[in-house]
Amino acid sequence: MNDFHDRLIKLVGHQCQVIEIKSGEFVLHVALAELVGVLKALRDDTELAVTQLSDLTAVDFPERPERFDVVYQMLSVNNNMRLRIITRADEGDIVPSVIGLFRSADWAEREVWDMFGIYFSGHPDMRRLLTDYGFEGHPLRKDFPLTGYVEVRYSDTERRVVYEPVHLNQEYRDFDFLSPWEGMQIPQGSDDGDTDEEQAGA
Amino acid sequence: MGEMQIRPLTLNFGPQHPAAHGVLRLVLEMDGEIIERADPHVGLLHRGTEKLIEHKTYLQALPYFDRLDYVSPMNQEHAWALAIEKAVGIEVPKRAQHIRVLYCEIGRILNHLLNLTTFAIDVGAMTPLLWGFEEREKLMEFYERASGARLHAAYFRPGGVHQDLPDGLADDILAWTEAFPDFVSDLETLLTDNRIFKQRTVDIGVLTTEEALDLGMTGPCLRSTGLAWDLRKSQPYDCYDEMDFDIPVGTTGDCYARYLVRVEEMRQSLRIIRQAIETMPEGPVLAENNKVTPPRRADMKHSMEALIHHFKLYTEGFHVPEGESYTAVEAPKGEFGVYLVSDGTNKPYRARLRAPGFFFMAAVDYLSRGHMLADSVAIIGSLDIVFGEIDR
Repeated sequence: MNDFHDRLIKLVGHQCQVIEIKSGEFVLHVALAELVGVLKALRDDTELAVTQLSDLTAVDFPERPERFDVVYQMLSVNNNMRLRIITRADEGDIVPSVIGLFRSADWAEREVWDMFGIYFSGHPDMRRLLTDYGFEGHPLRKDFPLTGYVEVRYSDTERRVVYEPVHLNQEYRDFDFLSPWEGMQIPQGSDDGDTDEEQAGA
Repeated sequence: MGEMQIRPLTLNFGPQHPAAHGVLRLVLEMDGEIIERADPHVGLLHRGTEKLIEHKTYLQALPYFDRLDYVSPMNQEHAWALAIEKAVGIEVPKRAQHIRVLYCEIGRILNHLLNLTTFAIDVGAMTPLLWGFEEREKLMEFYERASGARLHAAYFRPGGVHQDLPDGLADDILAWTEAFPDFVSDLETLLTDNRIFKQRTVDIGVLTTEEALDLGMTGPCLRSTGLAWDLRKSQPYDCYDEMDFDIPVGTTGDCYARYLVRVEEMRQSLRIIRQAIETMPEGPVLAENNKVTPPRRADMKHSMEALIHHFKLYTEGFHVPEGESYTAVEAPKGEFGVYLVSDGTNKPYRARLRAPGFFFMAAVDYLSRGHMLADSVAIIGSLDIVFGEIDR
């Protein structure tokens, strides 16, 4: 593991923003511009031999200036090591496709485009993957409602499946299960001793 | 007459086709009988599992995992339970580890029985399916006796399993392991040396190890190319490191090799099942940490604290510390991974489910190019595709 770490720093240390080890997994934070270079270096190095892209996904943090984390789960079978490469992208940023390096990125990138609306440049076939033909929106973004916008039903009169705006007989209920004691914000400057005790008790 | 460019014939395969193993729509561009390009249209079974999990507490999210690869439900639950245990940092009692390994291996046999027999029916052999489903029924009875459900078990919990095994179940499973090797041998007499079966599978859909890694292949599909890579050995979880078993590998990387690997894996799973039962210690089956696992029902009758714990766990759920982790298990089909991002609340911020079949399906285009139409059926059958996990 130490050899692997040293080699990693030597090889791509200057291209990464941060290299850390979280519970036995290497996590590399890489700028968008360096991404392909780092992945290529990891793949082509005979010692590291990171030969498989296990998974590619994204995480949405809408409150951040650079909204998305694009996450690459890498595996080195020779070293029995996992690596995670995280790069940040904003809405509208174009992420370079890594399909030329790892063919497993093909559908994974299509899914990220479908679910998050992150576009990959250089991908030969950037169509939606999982959602319906003609679907609008990107469902895994945090601002996309769980219930969606349209629902389908078979119309007897038109003899086909029709799309209609979602109609719920009962609103979707999102309970705030977070404890009211923990969730309550105490205004700054108020010297309410009781509240503090209550917090400690909860 | 000058040369004419003939437009390739486009053939629509599915979404309702018995050899599509679910709702797969495959658009094939054909040059006569030869496939020039295969374009799988997936997502017809998309239910938004990852989005739903973001809106459920950690425990409520668990049953969704049964519904991914619904052929081997507990293996998926295992990944979720392990991911949470890793994030929260709880120890799983030894007995629970053995029960989980036991049921994961039963799940592996369940999966391989379904895959091998439906694969056989795809290429023209009917009898294995009829025999195999009888054995599957016995295994699903073991599922039912432990969890109450034949398919959607929801049996594993972060910290162990829901309940201890009922009396006599372990003996019945042991008795079954005595009889099952004969069944595997019988199954092999139908297929392994069968001339028609070999003509349909040998040298069809060949992969090298490099190609398989490049395409994101894992599990039997990767091992059939000759690479002994199994997460149960290389990155052991629960008590797999105490188990003695071998990793079968293929040499040719074709459909036939994938079949052979799965047959041998069933025999190896039997060895693990026997060891798991024979070395199973006594003791609790759920971690005794009432911030994460529920208290015993008996305690709740007279302990106020236990009652409060129970109430809090089943309304609010437990909180998982902020962080992210990737946890992978060797599911019967391959590496099933959970990338869990938690923000410190009682619900996952993001849970990405890495399904092995997703990458197999993406490779269908590569594998079937240049093959005949009928070979695409053999390729899909040999890859072990279940749409619950591909579409999620």
